[in-house]
Amino acid sequence: MRLDLILRVGAKLILPFILLFALYVQFHGDYGPGGGFQAGVISAGMVILFAIIFGVRAAKHVAPPRVVEMMVPGGVLIFAGTGVVSMLLGYNFLDYTGFAHEFLHAHEWGILIVEIGVLVTVCGTMIAMFYAFVERGRT
Amino acid sequence: MIETLENFANHYNFFITIFLMISGLFIVIARGNLIKKLIGLSLFQTSVYLLYLTPAKILNATAPIYDKQYSTYSNPLPHVLMLTAIVVGVATFALGLALVVRIKEAYGTIEEDEIFAKDPEAE
Amino acid sequence: MILAAAERAQTAEQAAGAAATVPKDPAMAAVTANAETFVMMILLTLLAAITLAIIRQRNMFGVVILASIYSFLMASVMLALDAVDVAMTEASVGAGISTVVLLTTLYLTGSVEYPRPRSVAIPLFVSLVVGAALVWGTIGLPDFGIADAPIHKHVAPTYIEYSKKHEMPPNMVTAVLADFRGFDTLGETTVVFTAGIGVLLLLQGGWRTSGNSRRDDEDNELDIDGGEA
Repeated sequence: MRLDLILRVGAKLILPFILLFALYVQFHGDYGPGGGFQAGVISAGMVILFAIIFGVRAAKHVAPPRVVEMMVPGGVLIFAGTGVVSMLLGYNFLDYTGFAHEFLHAHEWGILIVEIGVLVTVCGTMIAMFYAFVERGRT
Repeated sequence: MIETLENFANHYNFFITIFLMISGLFIVIARGNLIKKLIGLSLFQTSVYLLYLTPAKILNATAPIYDKQYSTYSNPLPHVLMLTAIVVGVATFALGLALVVRIKEAYGTIEEDEIFAKDPEAE
Repeated sequence: MILAAAERAQTAEQAAGAAATVPKDPAMAAVTANAETFVMMILLTLLAAITLAIIRQRNMFGVVILASIYSFLMASVMLALDAVDVAMTEASVGAGISTVVLLTTLYLTGSVEYPRPRSVAIPLFVSLVVGAALVWGTIGLPDFGIADAPIHKHVAPTYIEYSKKHEMPPNMVTAVLADFRGFDTLGETTVVFTAGIGVLLLLQGGWRTSGNSRRDDEDNELDIDGGEA
């Protein structure tokens, strides 16, 4: 694997576009197909492809396990925190109407923040699972 | 004759859904390899996706993304339910595989019969 | 973002003035409906064939590759069923993450399935009885793809109405997922989180790293892998 030149150069070419596509899927989710779940899985797929081709040690420099494990509960906290903020603004739990002056605008903000929460949790969980399985094979 | 064929074509999705479902069930009961059993479970799960998505479809309608050109849309609600179910499904699938790995480490095998032979109390 | 929505609404209005792609002619509509059903039937038949191959295949690497093909086919079926978001998820999750996790597990557990001495008659009988009962249950179901089915009468028109009135984003699936049914999604995210924590506990924590303290009440016969601590 170390000397597989075509694979390594090809992967280097593809990797940034995978991440870009994940971000497109995330932020274009209001207008086209996509959203936090898909973007999370695609960006986790980028890290996994990186780990398969360049080794897990290199991947752990890109996505340190500590950060990945923080992401797992972090996304749920962002999601639930959005609900708490909307309650503090005087609306129901997860009712985003208070986030901006206009109804559509406020709800788009709410959806955006909530989807980021979903992205963080899904991406973190998938990468953490992959690390856990791979580490088990090494010891 | 034509009516029977038409009826068959109209319910073909459900027949395939049922076929996938009982294939999953068959693998779970008949196969002893724990990973194969888990794949059977995920076959069963994907058949449930089909079961939900089939009634949501309207012929000649479009995907539920609003555009001025279209007036009829397929039902978005089952899509939402299945979207989250897929991601949750893979997370629980990985949990099952982690359990299989631990079973392999404890018993040295993932064949059900051999595990029972090594551990008589489990039966 | 509000600006983007306004822009989009404007372009949609311009496009509506041009050519409408929906078939207005009833004969043409019948042809496209039949074509949709036909494509669906072919994809579903392929899906059934792959399932039979999964049942018969004993090499687990073969099973994993077949499961990956199955996921891509399932994504195509979902696309044909107008579920674009679900198709995208199935293609990335089922054929991507699921395959990778299965392969890493196979590395840890070995890849050959041994045939069982038991006969398959009883499982086959149980499956066929369940299948027959379910087929009997399909008799009363509405036909495929008709707009008058009861499922389209309840909450779905409300969701579609909100998007039409520009009070929600155009992608109704996102609107329902994150807004109308936000509670549901919060629960699902929590399940993903819980499963992730479970995997980490099973594979990173436990016997190997924490020594013998948790094993005191266990039978030592199970200690095949041997403590490293």
